[in-house]
Amino acid sequence: MSYTITVNGKAETVDVEGDTPLLWVLRDVLDMKGSKFGCGMGLCGACTVHLNGRATRSCITPISAVGSAQVTTIEGLGASEIGRKLQAAWVAHDVPQCGYCQAGQLMSAASLLGANSRPSDQDIDDGMSGNICRCCTYTRVRAAIKEAAGLPTTDSREV
Amino acid sequence: MASQQVETGKSAVAGGAPESPSRRTFLTVSALAGGGLLIDFSIPGSALAAAHAAEHEYTLNAYIQITPNGAITIMAKNPEIGQGIKTALPQIIAEELDADWKDVQVEQAPVDARLYGAQFAGGSFSIPMNYEPLRQVGAAGRALLIKAAAEKWHVPQEQCDTLPSKVRHKATGRTLGYGALASRAAAIGTKEQAAQAAAMAAMARAAGGAHAGPPGRGRGGPPGAGRGGPPGAAMFGAAGLQKVKLKDPKDFRIIGQPISGVDNPSIVTGKPLFGIDQSVPGMKYAVYERCPVFGGRPVSANLDEIKALPGIHDAFIVEGAQPTGLPDGMQITLVPGVAIIGDTWWAANKALDKLVVQWDEGPVANQSTEKFDRTAADLASKPPAKVIRKDGDFDKAVSGAAKVIEGNYQYPFIAHAYLEPLNATAHFKDGKVEVWAATQNPAAGQGNVAKTLGISPANVTVHVVRSGGGFGGRLGTWYMVEAAYLSKRTGLPIKMLNNRKQDIQHEYYRPAGYHHFKAGIDAQGKLVAFRDHFVTFTSDGEKVSNSADLEPGAFPARFVPNLEFAESLMLLGVPTGPLRAPGDNAIAYAFESFIDEIALAAGKDPLQYRIDLYSPARVLQNPPSPRRSFMKLPEFDTGRAIGVLELVREMSNWGKRKLPARTGMGVAFYYSHLGYVAEVIQASVAPEGTVKVDKVWAAVDCGPQIVNPSGAMNQVQGAIIDGLSAALGQQITIDRGRILQTNFHEFNLLRMNQAPPVEVQFRKTEGVMVTGLGEPALPSAPPALCNAIYAAIGKRVRKLPIDPAELAST
Repeated sequence: MSYTITVNGKAETVDVEGDTPLLWVLRDVLDMKGSKFGCGMGLCGACTVHLNGRATRSCITPISAVGSAQVTTIEGLGASEIGRKLQAAWVAHDVPQCGYCQAGQLMSAASLLGANSRPSDQDIDDGMSGNICRCCTYTRVRAAIKEAAGLPTTDSREV
Repeated sequence: MASQQVETGKSAVAGGAPESPSRRTFLTVSALAGGGLLIDFSIPGSALAAAHAAEHEYTLNAYIQITPNGAITIMAKNPEIGQGIKTALPQIIAEELDADWKDVQVEQAPVDARLYGAQFAGGSFSIPMNYEPLRQVGAAGRALLIKAAAEKWHVPQEQCDTLPSKVRHKATGRTLGYGALASRAAAIGTKEQAAQAAAMAAMARAAGGAHAGPPGRGRGGPPGAGRGGPPGAAMFGAAGLQKVKLKDPKDFRIIGQPISGVDNPSIVTGKPLFGIDQSVPGMKYAVYERCPVFGGRPVSANLDEIKALPGIHDAFIVEGAQPTGLPDGMQITLVPGVAIIGDTWWAANKALDKLVVQWDEGPVANQSTEKFDRTAADLASKPPAKVIRKDGDFDKAVSGAAKVIEGNYQYPFIAHAYLEPLNATAHFKDGKVEVWAATQNPAAGQGNVAKTLGISPANVTVHVVRSGGGFGGRLGTWYMVEAAYLSKRTGLPIKMLNNRKQDIQHEYYRPAGYHHFKAGIDAQGKLVAFRDHFVTFTSDGEKVSNSADLEPGAFPARFVPNLEFAESLMLLGVPTGPLRAPGDNAIAYAFESFIDEIALAAGKDPLQYRIDLYSPARVLQNPPSPRRSFMKLPEFDTGRAIGVLELVREMSNWGKRKLPARTGMGVAFYYSHLGYVAEVIQASVAPEGTVKVDKVWAAVDCGPQIVNPSGAMNQVQGAIIDGLSAALGQQITIDRGRILQTNFHEFNLLRMNQAPPVEVQFRKTEGVMVTGLGEPALPSAPPALCNAIYAAIGKRVRKLPIDPAELAST
C-alpha cells in the first residue's frame, strides 16, 4: 500500500504494508540509517524519532499510524536550534562510546528540552530512562543535556 | 591483493616483492616479545608509480598518507567497538609524526596482518601492544619529512626540526608544510626502503632464508585464529630493526589530550557507520533461525508456506558446517538452521511468526540452570575433582586458626547484549566474497568464512566497520560466516541481521560459577589459610569451558601461606566465551566479597585490610590473572595496588563520612587486564530491598601515560556502570537447553535513573608499560556494591544478580 509521510520536512511516498514499522521504512526504504534497531519492542529507545516534536519509538510505530505527523529523525535534528546545541554538546563532551544508541539519546534529549528548557536531574531521569546505553555513557549524556540547555553541568545528585 | 600477501606470507624482506602492486608503500611494524621494535619496509613493486597515479596522495607508510594541500590521513588499525581505539591509536601516530591534529583524518585500516599485525579488539590489549610500535610509525614518517625538507633546502637534516605539520630550518626559521614535502618524502622513503630491502634480502639469503615466516595471521594472532610464534619474531629478523628517535613525553601535544572521538560528528548526525548500516546494491535481507536448544538441528519446516508470503524471496534449511553447536563460543561457525531471505528485513523477520520447524533438539535439552544449581551444591559437599593450586598446608593451617570463615557465592550466565544485534553483509561473486562486519575479530572471521565456504582466505575480504558494542561478544565470527554462506548459496548480496530474541538466545555467554570459600585467620586477624572449591563448567568433560576458569595465580594466591584452589566440573552444552574482563568480571565479585567477610571477621577496616594484604610494596614476577595473553606480561607491583587503595580512601573520605540509615560504603580492589583499580561505592537499601547506588569513587593506575583522558574517563565510568548493571539485573536462565530471556524487559540493562555519579582519578606510575582501559575498571564494581550493601544493612549478597527480596527487612 502507498503511504505519504513527511520526514524532516520532505514528503516521501513509500509502498509498503501498513504494519511495517516506521523504523524499517526509514532505514530500508528511504535509506536513512541514522535511526537504529535495538529491540523491536520499544524497550531500548535506539529507534527514537520525533512525531510532531515528541519522542516516539519508531520500531513499534506502524507506517499506517504516522498519518500527517511531522517525522523528524537524527538526520534532520540539526535543523532546529535545540538539535544543533545538543549535537555540539555531544561532541564537546565526547559522549559516544560505541555510539549506537546515541541517535535515540539525542532525539529523546531534544524532545525533553523541547518541553522543558531547564530540566532538573530528576527531569533528565524521567525523560531519558527509556533509552538504554549499553556502554553506560549516562554520566556524559546527563552533562551534555545540561550544557545544551545552558545549565551548569554539575550533578545535583552528588553525595 | 593484501590478502594474497597474507596468504603467501611473502614480504620484501623474504626476498622479492609480493606479486600484487599496491598504491601504498608499506611500513610494517611489530612489537617484539622483549619489547624491542621491528620495522619492516617492504615495497610492492609499483607502489611509487601507483602513488603518483593516485593523484594528490602520497603515502609515507601503511599508516600515513599526506596530500599536497596538507591533509593527513592516518589509518586506525584495530576495530572500534566503543573503546575509543579509532581515536587513541591515530593520536599516538600523529604525536610522533608531529602532525597538527586539525589536519588529521582517520580511516579504518584494511585487514592485513602483514601490514598491521594483530588487528583485534580484546583484552584491553590494543594500547599496550601498539603504543610503542605506533610511536615508531609516526616518528618514521616525521623523519622522512625532515629528510625531504633538508634535501630541498640543501641543508643537513640535523639543522631541521618540526612544528605541528611543518618542518623548520632552525637557523633561518623558514618552514615547509608537510603537504609541500609529501611527494618528496614518499620518494625518499621508497628509495631507502628499496635499498634496505635489497640489503636485507641479501642477508636473508646469507642466513639461509631465515626470514620466511608463517602466514601473516601468525603474529601474536587474533584470538581464535591460528597463531604463530612470539609477536613479530618469525616474520622479520633482527636486521629489520630500525629505531627512530622518539619524542620526550614532556613535549607531547596530542597524546594526553582529551580529543573527542573521530566519528562523533558522524554519530550525532546519523551517518551510516555501523555494521547494520551497510548496503550493497541488489542486496536481500536474511534472518537465520537456529534451534532453540544449543546443538539442535532442523528436521523439516513449512518452507513452501514461508516462500509464498509477501516479500519473501526464498527459504531453506541449512545443514550447517558443524554437527552441533560448539560450546566454545569462539569456535562457532555455521550452526544448522532455517534461512529466510526477504526483499526487506522486516518481511523476512515477520515471516518468522509463520515459520514452523520440527527441531531435533539433541542432548543439551536436558540441561537447566536449576539443575546446575543443584549439582553444584552437591559437588561442593564432596571433595573437589581437581586441585589447581596448592601452597602450604591448608587443612593444618585452618585447624590451627583463631577463627574460621566460610562463605559461598554464585553468579549467573549473562549475555553481551550489545545494542547493535549481530549482523553481517556479504557479497559472494566469482569465487570471492566480501564481508562487511561489525566485529572485534576480523582476521578470525576471514579464516572461518574461508574454511566454511571452502575458499582461500585470500578470496575473503573483510571490511571492518564500527561496532554497536562488542564487550567480547564480537570476538565470535559466526554472523560473518552465516552472511557469507547465505550469499554464496543464494548468489545474492545478503545482509543477515538477528532480531533481539535471536541475539540474546544464540550467542556465547559469560559462564555462571559457584565458589565455596573457607579461610582461617590468626589471633591478630592475619589471613593464614584460604580455600576455594570452585564448581564450574566443562564443554568436553576435561577442559574448563571458555572463560569459566579460575587462574591459579588469582589473588589471594601468593599472599596467603596456606592456600588451595580446587575445581569440580559440570558438563555444559551452552556456548561460553569472553565478556568484558573475562573471568575477572565474575570472580572478583566472589573473591572480593569474601575478602570483606574475612576483614570484618578479623575486626579490621576492609580497606586497610586489603592494603595490609598487599604490603609490603613489592614487585612480583607474574600478574595474578594473566588470562589469554598476546604479549609479554608486565610484573605485578603490589605498591600500585596499595597506591590506588590509598587514593580511593582519600577520594571517598572513607570511614569518615556520616551516612544516613540503611546506607553503607564498600570497597574492592582488582587487578584486571594489566590495570590496577580500587573502587568505593556508597549505596542505600530501601526497607523493601531496593538498592540505590549513590556514588562511585574509582582510583585507576594504568601506567605512566593516558593516551586520551576523555576516552579513558569514558571507559572507566562505562565499565563501572556496566559492572553495576550486571550485578543489579542481568541473568541468563537455561531451561531444557534453551535460553528463557528474550528481550530487555527480561534481561535488564541499567538505565539513566539508576546510573550513579562516578568520580575517577588516575594515579600515574612512571617507568612501566602504558596499558589499556576497556576492562580493568569493571571487576571491582560488583563486589564494592555488595560490600556496601553489607555495610548498609548487614546482609551479604550470596548470589548475583542482587535480589531485592533477599534484602528486604523482615
